[in-house]
Amino acid sequence: MAKRTRQPGFKRNRNPVTWLLRHAQMSLSSLGRLSRSPLTTLMTATVIGIALALPSGLHLIVDNVRQLSSSWDGSASISLFLNQSVSDEQAEQVRATVAKRTDVAESRLISRSAALDEFRRLSGFGQAIELLDHNPLPPVVLVRPAATVQDADAVGRLAQELQAYREIDLAQVDLQWVERLGAITGTIERAVLILAALLAGAVLLIVGNTIRLEIQNRHSEIEIVKLVGGTDAFIRRPFLYEGLWYGLLGGAIALLLVLASLYLLDGPVERLAGLYESGFSLSVLDPLSLFGVLLGGPALGLTGAWLAVGRHLAEIQPE
Amino acid sequence: MIRFDNVAKRYATGHEGLSGVDLHLAPGEMAFITGHSGAGKSTLLKLIGLLERATRGQVWVNGRNLNKLSNRDVPYHRREVGMIFQDHRLLHDRTVFDNIALPLVVSGMGHAEVTRRVRAALDKVGLLKKEKVFPITLSGGEQQRVGIARALVSKPPVLLADEPTGNLDPDLSREIMELFMQFNQVGVTLLVATHDIDLVNRLGKRIISLRNGRIASDSGTDS
Repeated sequence: MAKRTRQPGFKRNRNPVTWLLRHAQMSLSSLGRLSRSPLTTLMTATVIGIALALPSGLHLIVDNVRQLSSSWDGSASISLFLNQSVSDEQAEQVRATVAKRTDVAESRLISRSAALDEFRRLSGFGQAIELLDHNPLPPVVLVRPAATVQDADAVGRLAQELQAYREIDLAQVDLQWVERLGAITGTIERAVLILAALLAGAVLLIVGNTIRLEIQNRHSEIEIVKLVGGTDAFIRRPFLYEGLWYGLLGGAIALLLVLASLYLLDGPVERLAGLYESGFSLSVLDPLSLFGVLLGGPALGLTGAWLAVGRHLAEIQPE
Repeated sequence: MIRFDNVAKRYATGHEGLSGVDLHLAPGEMAFITGHSGAGKSTLLKLIGLLERATRGQVWVNGRNLNKLSNRDVPYHRREVGMIFQDHRLLHDRTVFDNIALPLVVSGMGHAEVTRRVRAALDKVGLLKKEKVFPITLSGGEQQRVGIARALVSKPPVLLADEPTGNLDPDLSREIMELFMQFNQVGVTLLVATHDIDLVNRLGKRIISLRNGRIASDSGTDS
């Protein structure tokens, strides 16, 4: 045998149809292997599911709170408390003047008697009010800023300008707590991101460890497949598919958990919103988080399996 | 078909498995390697199957210099070298059929062709009726036949056997050896490591005897 510079090459199967067929077979046989030990599979998948459900559930809550606060943000109104000495007719004139401003979209007068009625009805001090010989409440003009006055600062400036009117004692913007709520949701959102990253790491470790054990269990099989000429890709494949299935199952379980929680929360939230005379209801998972869970799960499963396979398959060599 | 040029194998422990071995096996040749345990029989076979790589010298199999094969090429090389072991190395959670089919499945062969080939291999080793049973229910001799069927099912040009009769009684051993002779008659190059000198002496094939990692005697190319 003469020495050659180029060795005769090996025949390699590069037919894409066979390749796809083998992948399909392998993915199904991996699924079959998982289904042969349903309890273990389900437990692992549930752990992954919980780990995925936590951040997506929290994200959903933050999302809802944000929506709620933004709807308040938009309808931030300014209450103009008029001077005690202003009569109802004068109050109507003030309202008309304010309404002419371009930065005011809508204004409504609550006359002294209407204010008293409302107070009597809502405060629970109805009987105490009867004892008073005159109406202590000032007329109030409720102002809804125009759409051009968007952020909290602009609303504040408008309130200041209005307060400069002679008849207006106080222009009060009830926005501060909305801002605070916004800051809190911002903080929680960041915390949810950190939690999501940590739990994604946990999913990687769970899948990685499960696959590592699986590789150990099938040590002799891997050895024999290597002996009869199985490529690394061939040996890797069932484990990668297993990771993928774990991730997909975990994602599905996470979705179920989130939807179940939503269902359980829906009633109480509706009642709560009803108390605040708000038409608010919980929004379901947005498409982004939906795909995040359903694609992120498998992606994490696959990555975890890949890490385990990369570390441990090379260690197994036939003797 | 198989050629060793001044080959040495030193293990990480410092033990010299083989030293300065020159050997040539023509295509279609059959030879026995004998020697005490630790003489280097297994090492020699492992170098051919690329279970180990030579630390010095060159090993050629089927026209390829094994030193120059990358790790990526090793699986493709092993598909051309059937290996048979004393401990059979069967998968006990798979049927006889699935065990034998493994080399074909690994190479991506279609289902119909796999079935046809596995049946043919089972027929050759006389286990046609056992394809659905699990290896554990078979006798030692039958398990070894399954191992042999697995090694030859992909029709490799080279067959290696490491102490294939080590655990078998003389009658079964002779049957296995006769099976090998049949394969050799259809052109397979065979290298069989064994310490059963009485048996191989009767078969009249080339005998290479190893001692301390060197070739002590070589009866030469058989006639």
